[in-house]
Amino acid sequence: MSNMNGRFGIHGGQYIPETLMNAIIELEQAYNHYKNDPEFNRELTELFNEYAGRPSRLYYAEKLTKALGGAKIYLKREDLNHTGSHKINNVLGQALLAKKLGKTRLIAETGAGQHGVATATAAALMNMECVVFMGEEDTKRQALNVYRMKLLGAEVIPVTSGTATLKDAVSEAMREWTSRIDDTHYCLGSVMGPHPFPTIVRDFQAVISKEIKVQILEKEGRLPDAVIACVGGGSNAMGSFYHFIEDEGVRLIGCEAAGRGIDTFETAATINTGRLGIFHGMKSYFCQDEYGQIAPVYSISAGLDYPGVGPEHAYLHDIGRAEYVPVTDDEAVNAFEFLSKTEGIIPAIESSHAIAHVMKIAPEMDKDKIVVITVSGRGDKDCAAIARYRGEDIHE
Amino acid sequence: MSNIRNAFKNGKAFIPFITCGDPDLETTGRIVRAAAENGADLIELGIPFSDPTAEGPVIQGANIRALSGGVTTDKIFDFVRELRRDVKIPLVFMTYANVVFSYGAERFISTCAEIGVDGIILPDLPFEEKDEFQPVCAKYGVDLISLIAPTSHQRIAMIAKEADGFLYVVSSLGVTGTRSEITTDLASIVNVVRENTDVPCAIGFGISTPEQAQKMSSVSDGVIVGSAIIKLIEKHGRDAASPVGEYVKKMKDALKAASCE
Repeated sequence: MSNMNGRFGIHGGQYIPETLMNAIIELEQAYNHYKNDPEFNRELTELFNEYAGRPSRLYYAEKLTKALGGAKIYLKREDLNHTGSHKINNVLGQALLAKKLGKTRLIAETGAGQHGVATATAAALMNMECVVFMGEEDTKRQALNVYRMKLLGAEVIPVTSGTATLKDAVSEAMREWTSRIDDTHYCLGSVMGPHPFPTIVRDFQAVISKEIKVQILEKEGRLPDAVIACVGGGSNAMGSFYHFIEDEGVRLIGCEAAGRGIDTFETAATINTGRLGIFHGMKSYFCQDEYGQIAPVYSISAGLDYPGVGPEHAYLHDIGRAEYVPVTDDEAVNAFEFLSKTEGIIPAIESSHAIAHVMKIAPEMDKDKIVVITVSGRGDKDCAAIARYRGEDIHE
Repeated sequence: MSNIRNAFKNGKAFIPFITCGDPDLETTGRIVRAAAENGADLIELGIPFSDPTAEGPVIQGANIRALSGGVTTDKIFDFVRELRRDVKIPLVFMTYANVVFSYGAERFISTCAEIGVDGIILPDLPFEEKDEFQPVCAKYGVDLISLIAPTSHQRIAMIAKEADGFLYVVSSLGVTGTRSEITTDLASIVNVVRENTDVPCAIGFGISTPEQAQKMSSVSDGVIVGSAIIKLIEKHGRDAASPVGEYVKKMKDALKAASCE
């Protein structure tokens, strides 16, 4: 859906320092070659199936469905992937691509730590060096993931600049990449940043919607009425939406982190509160002030705590193909607890934003309607933070 | 021909970078005047950005101090208007694409022309994206300055052919900040530039000492110094004008000596 210059409508592009241009062009050329290379695709499919545990299950959440009393709800279980989230899909693809490019070192940003863990995992598997940039604030919120990355052999660099969260981790990874390009691939974790990243990451994540389509046709003999996923940068949502974009009858709903509410400054709901801008290599929507200074966004979820959104989401919003709704911390925490109790599935706090929205809309829908929620990750990493949110200190 | 060419008529050019509003605009005014009086040929005025991805820790710090002091694009425009009463050397803005985009390209660039800002440097706007602002810059006669990096290779000719004002040659990989050694083969880069344009070349990133400035000027038309000056401002705060003035004089003298050799 992107054109030659990596545009999605007016969004996208390559707003990066000249120092990175040749590396980005090299990456684009390599990707254009390997995406159609049977050997590359065979290797990637093998990694997906044998290593990551794909295809992930499409699980009929019968108890959740009954509890809400409306639409039939399926969960796309990306939380069951190796490393516990959808992030592994993109990382295996990019690490394999980096290998083909002769790179020996992966760098990555991470918010909740899921992308960092996935990158550290792929680096360990493929015998590559790995450095992960993580906002200092997030290293505290997600201490367990920091330990996991170190255990996997990665170096974790706490980022103290700016708001010390995901956006600053991205900035720092970009700075690192400009200083060391020859042997290093920047394994960007979401459908954002300069072209070709939004396209590459979307293509590697599109396995999610490809599988949902096959699985739902097998189980129900028809397409779902809605596909729902959480959106920070937007990689699991883009992966969940992609193969349904042409199916106009399928509603695509992205759930943004509203933090303490979209009428407060403590929010990260970019499409709901932001405006058009240029940042981190792309033109898209950003939370920013009247002079274009990027806003210090907030969400309980370290993985959605980002002031921008991927350019293809911005485009799907512009053309009205997808809807983007805000979900608050409170709603997400309730959903986190509700799914745990009703289905025995502890979802990531990020994914809980999507579940929370379904808790609002499913009861209003007829029983013959079908919705699919992508559970992008598992929630073990969030237990300490949610306990704190509920006033309980459980010392991890 | 743009006013920027005048900066390169006085031997090798010395180009200091100063972040507007660090620590406040009154101090910036005194620093800019001190730099101009002591031989600066062109001044890069930084409009601070919340997330300056091309900057190292020193200039990031200046951006944070300036923004926490409450400086805005509008206040900087008023400041430059006032500065232009007596500061005659060429001035360019250095900022990030979103600062211009968010203000509105037409509104930002026409204001630059009106207040006497001769050019704009945007480190996150590569050749492929310059149409975002280039047509508006051309309309108002404001030069959009292009950058060339050590990794540019076969892109140098393409960039040089369409260059306006001067070419900003990035000396090293990485972000801004002082470096003890610069190892890039800058002479070869500048040679390719010369084959493709007569627009002057200035080298920046990592330069702090008179010796480095001399060395860099032997292969270019001028040198740009940012972090070393920002460090002086960080250290001396509101009293930074005279140390910056002395530093500029020392650097310009070194360049003059190099030009005579």
